[in-house]
Amino acid sequence: MKLVFERSRKGAGTSYFPANDVEDRVLPEHLLRETPLRLPELSETQISRHYTKLASEVFGVNNGFYPLGSCTMKYNPRINEKIAALDGFRNIHPLQSDDTIQGALEVLSLAEKYFCEITGMDNMTFQPSAGAHGELTGVLLIKAYHHSRGDFGRTRIIVPDSAHGTNPATASMAGFTVVTIPSGKDGRVDIEALQAAAGDDVAGIMLTNPNTVGIFEKDILKITEIVHKAGGLAYYDGANLNAIMGIARPGDMNFDIVHLNLHKTFSTPHGGGGPGSGPVGCKEFLSRFLPGPVCVDEGGSYKTIMPAYSIGRVKSFYGNFLVVLRALAYVMTLGSDGIRTSCEQAVLNANYMKRRLEERFESAFAGHCMHEFVLTLAGLKKETGVSALDFAKALLDEKMHPPTMYFPLIVPEALMLEPTETESLQEMDRAVDVYMRLFELAHSDPEYFHTAPHTTSVKRPDEVLAAREPKLRYGFSE
Amino acid sequence: MNNGMMFTKTHEWVRKEGEGVVLAGLSAHAVTEMGDLVFINLPQVGTKVTAGETMADVESVKAVSDVYSPVSGVVAEVNESLADAPEKINEAPYASWIAKIESVEIPEGLMTEEEYEEYLKDI
Repeated sequence: MKLVFERSRKGAGTSYFPANDVEDRVLPEHLLRETPLRLPELSETQISRHYTKLASEVFGVNNGFYPLGSCTMKYNPRINEKIAALDGFRNIHPLQSDDTIQGALEVLSLAEKYFCEITGMDNMTFQPSAGAHGELTGVLLIKAYHHSRGDFGRTRIIVPDSAHGTNPATASMAGFTVVTIPSGKDGRVDIEALQAAAGDDVAGIMLTNPNTVGIFEKDILKITEIVHKAGGLAYYDGANLNAIMGIARPGDMNFDIVHLNLHKTFSTPHGGGGPGSGPVGCKEFLSRFLPGPVCVDEGGSYKTIMPAYSIGRVKSFYGNFLVVLRALAYVMTLGSDGIRTSCEQAVLNANYMKRRLEERFESAFAGHCMHEFVLTLAGLKKETGVSALDFAKALLDEKMHPPTMYFPLIVPEALMLEPTETESLQEMDRAVDVYMRLFELAHSDPEYFHTAPHTTSVKRPDEVLAAREPKLRYGFSE
Repeated sequence: MNNGMMFTKTHEWVRKEGEGVVLAGLSAHAVTEMGDLVFINLPQVGTKVTAGETMADVESVKAVSDVYSPVSGVVAEVNESLADAPEKINEAPYASWIAKIESVEIPEGLMTEEEYEEYLKDI
């Protein structure tokens, strides 16, 4: 479809700026632009149609099945939006003094209390604006901790080979060298390899549990013990918390730091800018390093302070406050029993789909899974030439979002499914039927897959060209 | 090492180029699995490399993957032409050497072409 700039016609626009009701402030001459802004000119009807068309091109969890593994694309309850739209939350400004935003600070304080309860942590910052940002914050806490003890020799961070790509990226970004340790045949951390990697140059480990193949690290206490004995800290990547929330806690697994993805586990909007939120919790001995300001409860009144040895701000003000508020609304709506039930349902749904799909498809790992599971299409590709990519493209024609592809990297031709707890039995059955039908079709008509999708407005983008010559802005003709 | 090509379990090839000098690249199997390469991070000339440790990385439309050095030694030369045209590795993996390594120490466990073919059948 056309861009809004391509629809623009000189003189067609209408100005909707309200009359200026405050004093004019004229900027110094050297700060003024010399050419007018290139704003598109459209009538209100055209604008309305343009954005309605754009919205209709979007596929979200409100449109259909969206089992994107490791992303927890659960339904975003409307009540969260209703709460976030309340005037008292919407119309405040972060520069207001603490005494005029007591309600908002109570939200942060309460959110800290509940999320610490869920994760087994003692304190939390809500500044990080997404998961990877939370990771960086967490790893900077690890660095600050070692440096505070005068220990500057810990330059390595251990990351399993099944980890989310953000883990090694985060460790590098924070100035550490990444030590990758292999997974065993069962998809879990190889304890011997971990033992061999753990030494006095190790700052810590970054781990997801359940891991990215949807398997619980049953030796988790052993893993954290090995790292702690070597003098390192244990960082919990919260991407897969949906599989254990209300049942097991990273803090009880002896993790020292946790990040949460409120836009995954706690039902806030995901994608399209969200925005996300990646709070970081820690055990008490690390609280003095947290980014600030943090909120302190002084017996019913709240104030904000900077922790004594804070690593500093990682984002302006208090992070994406209205997202934290939505997540709090979610937690309070469910209550502790509801949180546990959601988790159980998420794990049950994943196991149901895994077992049904295994009638035709090959699982990367046998046995029960947690909240997600990985199929390998290596066999199908060998037999029919239909790859995981081809299969995913064909799913688009079925009006459902494909699963995560080619991740984790340790599984060839991987498709990773996470139905979440908010999908019904009927919806999952419908999806399984589609997968089964496509599996048969791959054998009878593989060519259909190489040209899929057939019904979407954009067919197969040239991924190679897009990666090599990305077009990042619109090229104005004049 | 004989004059033929030898392979690693991590899908790199290595070929003798002179006394104590080898060329190293990625196997055809590796590039088929990765798909179209869009970017390569070449090693620096003069870098000491260790057998089994990362010497370069390549990015395909699917993922970024490490390239492990098949031998220990010092990088004497890199194939600069790949930086602008990583697709050459897809087109001709055995002609597209990534690094020339000198003062080479050959580790144990490298496979001959036949052994590598057998190895691929099992994975």
